Amino acid sequence: MTGSRKLLMFGGMALAAFGMLYGLQYALFVEHQTLDHMGGSLAQSFAAAAGRNLGQSQAALEQYGETKYDYVRQLDAHSHWIGLAMLMIVLGVIFERVNFSEGIRQLVAFSLLAGSALFPLAVILQTYHHGALILKALAVIGSGLVIAALAATAWGFARPRTTA
Amino acid sequence: MPAIRRPIPDSASLAPNFAAMSARRLYIFGGIALIAAGLLFGDIFAVFILHQNAARQGEALIAASRAVATGNAAAVNEVFSHLGNLLEDRGTKVDAHVHMIGAGYLALLLALVQPYIALSRQTKKCLAALFIAGGVLFPVGIFLIHYVGLTGSPFTAIGWASVLADSAGALLIFVLIVQAWGFWKYLRSRQLSEPELPDPELPDEDNMPRRALLTGGAILVLLGFLHGAYYAGTLLYEHERMETAILQRLIDAATAGNLDVATTEVNNFGNLAGARAVNIAAHSHIIEFGLLAMLLSFVQPFVFLSEKWKRRWVKLLLGGSVILPVFVLLEMKLGLLAEGIADIGGLMVIIGLVGMLVGILRYSGGLDVAENDAAEGAP
Repeated sequence: MTGSRKLLMFGGMALAAFGMLYGLQYALFVEHQTLDHMGGSLAQSFAAAAGRNLGQSQAALEQYGETKYDYVRQLDAHSHWIGLAMLMIVLGVIFERVNFSEGIRQLVAFSLLAGSALFPLAVILQTYHHGALILKALAVIGSGLVIAALAATAWGFARPRTTA
Repeated sequence: MPAIRRPIPDSASLAPNFAAMSARRLYIFGGIALIAAGLLFGDIFAVFILHQNAARQGEALIAASRAVATGNAAAVNEVFSHLGNLLEDRGTKVDAHVHMIGAGYLALLLALVQPYIALSRQTKKCLAALFIAGGVLFPVGIFLIHYVGLTGSPFTAIGWASVLADSAGALLIFVLIVQAWGFWKYLRSRQLSEPELPDPELPDEDNMPRRALLTGGAILVLLGFLHGAYYAGTLLYEHERMETAILQRLIDAATAGNLDVATTEVNNFGNLAGARAVNIAAHSHIIEFGLLAMLLSFVQPFVFLSEKWKRRWVKLLLGGSVILPVFVLLEMKLGLLAEGIADIGGLMVIIGLVGMLVGILRYSGGLDVAENDAAEGAP
């Protein structure tokens, strides 16, 4: 088994297990409280408006927006880690058919692993620093690595079998 | 007159890789069954629950705006309690659908890597059974969260259904970690756990069904990635800003007693939620179907059907994989027509999947009969 395949299969399994562990801890310790907080903030915003307390209403609505911002990103990171890990394992099984030299295949496999780990991580970190440009840039770089690696893989599948 | 038994195709040489009740067979059957069940549940949910639920959410928000206009804070809290209930109803069903399919994908993936897991045959079989059990219990637990609630639970926020779902999730993680450990053992020792198998790899067949599934799958995944990048880059943040802006305008209108404007904002809120939902659903479904197509390309040697029928199931599956996400995206423009066509796309994928499952069942049945015949004929 070549190094690129090992990297994809082992990296994929490890990333899937990590993504699932992250989802489990989130479901156990954070999700229910977050959902309560999100719903509570929105309800409080409307209730304060009913009491004609517009300042409190606006503050509660902002709280709702921020909580939802975090919740969406936590779920996205969890699902993207596992989804990308599954793609890595699938590609690991058939990576011999990517008709590039093993060196290039290792580079593509490493890009896929690095992008798959980095992209969701940058998304999660955005929950700690809302709107931070550096984290948005990291997410873009991570997803760009994944897309470039997949495009290279597709190209490698399409190439005639001239190289190992 | 005795029935004429049709011979198993050339891939019968792979029989040892698909032995009766082996881990690989459990993962393939269980995985395809989980995916088909998850897709069917998603289709039923989309037709009978999703849109009705969205309409009730809109009604609840209108009721909340009326309560704000009359200054009735108690009524507001009552409405939001009802709204939370509606959101939980919808959310747990979406999660059950997603997690059942996800567990099915993982089962198919584990089927592929079994030859490289350096554990005993019995351990691998036991792990496969645990994984399939976890894959079934996980979505069942999630589905029940809305109905069981906190009844009889000693915890403040987690009910028994959540405990079931979380335990099943932990079981899946445990199996995956042990598999990773088995793979690590293989990498260190370079020794297959079942060296008597003729070839750990799946056959390198080059036929239309396999090529179409592999190429089509890769294209679908790539399209999904590009759509996701476009959505994240151009719409995600705008949608998030719009949501709080619409809610603010809704509250302001209700406070001012302007109920017509409040109703318009509720409609805007519903349209925005719809736009977000269709983009996310199109993105996730096209990638999932791409992965599914790639995974199914590996199990084609085990599909004991004529070439003609294999091609039909492949075309049906790939056709549905394109139709569903495309028409989900068009739902905001074409309404019910697009919804109906998208549901038909989902049904096409399910039928294609079940057709292949039938082929695999025929293959394994033929294999078992041949083994029994050989055993009976032996001196």
